[in-house]
Amino acid sequence: MRKLTLWLPLALFAFFAGLAAYMLTQPKDQFVESTMIGQPLPAFALDPAFDGLPGASKADFTGKPKLLNIWASWCLPCIAEAPQLEALQKQGVEIIGIAIRDKPADVASFLAKHGNPYLRIGSDRISDLQLAIGSSGVPETFVIDSKGVIRHQHIGDIRPEDVPVLLRELEEAR
Amino acid sequence: MMRWVFAALLALLALPLAAQDSMPPAPYAYNQLDDPRLEAEASALMHTLRCLKCQSQSIADSDAPMAGDMRHQVRSRILAGESPDQIRGWLIARYGDYVSYEPEVSRTTWPLFAVPVLVILLVAGVLLRRLGKRRSDDDAGAKA
Repeated sequence: MRKLTLWLPLALFAFFAGLAAYMLTQPKDQFVESTMIGQPLPAFALDPAFDGLPGASKADFTGKPKLLNIWASWCLPCIAEAPQLEALQKQGVEIIGIAIRDKPADVASFLAKHGNPYLRIGSDRISDLQLAIGSSGVPETFVIDSKGVIRHQHIGDIRPEDVPVLLRELEEAR
Repeated sequence: MMRWVFAALLALLALPLAAQDSMPPAPYAYNQLDDPRLEAEASALMHTLRCLKCQSQSIADSDAPMAGDMRHQVRSRILAGESPDQIRGWLIARYGDYVSYEPEVSRTTWPLFAVPVLVILLVAGVLLRRLGKRRSDDDAGAKA
């Protein structure tokens, strides 16, 4: 019994060293998830991000479930997700964009180059709405149901395999 | 050859810049509040809030555009009369405990507060028993 307790500190040390070594091999999850899922969208009204489309407000999220896409013309992964947004739009999904810290001219040239899947784009110059819905980067996509409640958050660019997931979430948000 | 390697290194350095926006920062991102008392309150709070883009820095220490927007959020809310606790609560409601560097007692964090108390109680118990034993040993020794 005494011998056993003598080995206890070493065993504890080995356990923690092993735990640390294991955790080092695990990929670090750097995403901060929004804790606003299930909460209604906060009230907001954003100016148009450029001349071509109207701005966005909370009132636009009525009728059928929609996607709220947080993006920016200066964001490289946003270029990667552009084809997926276009595919979603072709399937009848209504997408409202929120352009973060963006200039009208940059928004227009991004859309001219990479396609325009948006119904409206609001300009969020100081990340006001982004912070209010618990989004921590660009791009991020939220599923908003017909009552204006946040139902799902997709962090990062939308890959082809994420499209069916978003379609299912939109269907469930009906 | 060396020149090409150098040029390639410089090109790598330029990459992060491409991911930055060119908008001017929010009004209160780099400007202090006029009232020194309010600014002190805001500054103390900003040192205990996590930057979401650069997660091992506080928003007071970070130059990320998003940290600037969070500082603007903190300062303009302080100016509007909100208390630092209200603002911290507002952010925690959106990002969870993770956004705050000041741990609060919750369903997941209570061991953080309970364990030290338990350890102190345990140590006190062991000490009392040992000291008590030694005293009774001493008493026994004095009598012998």
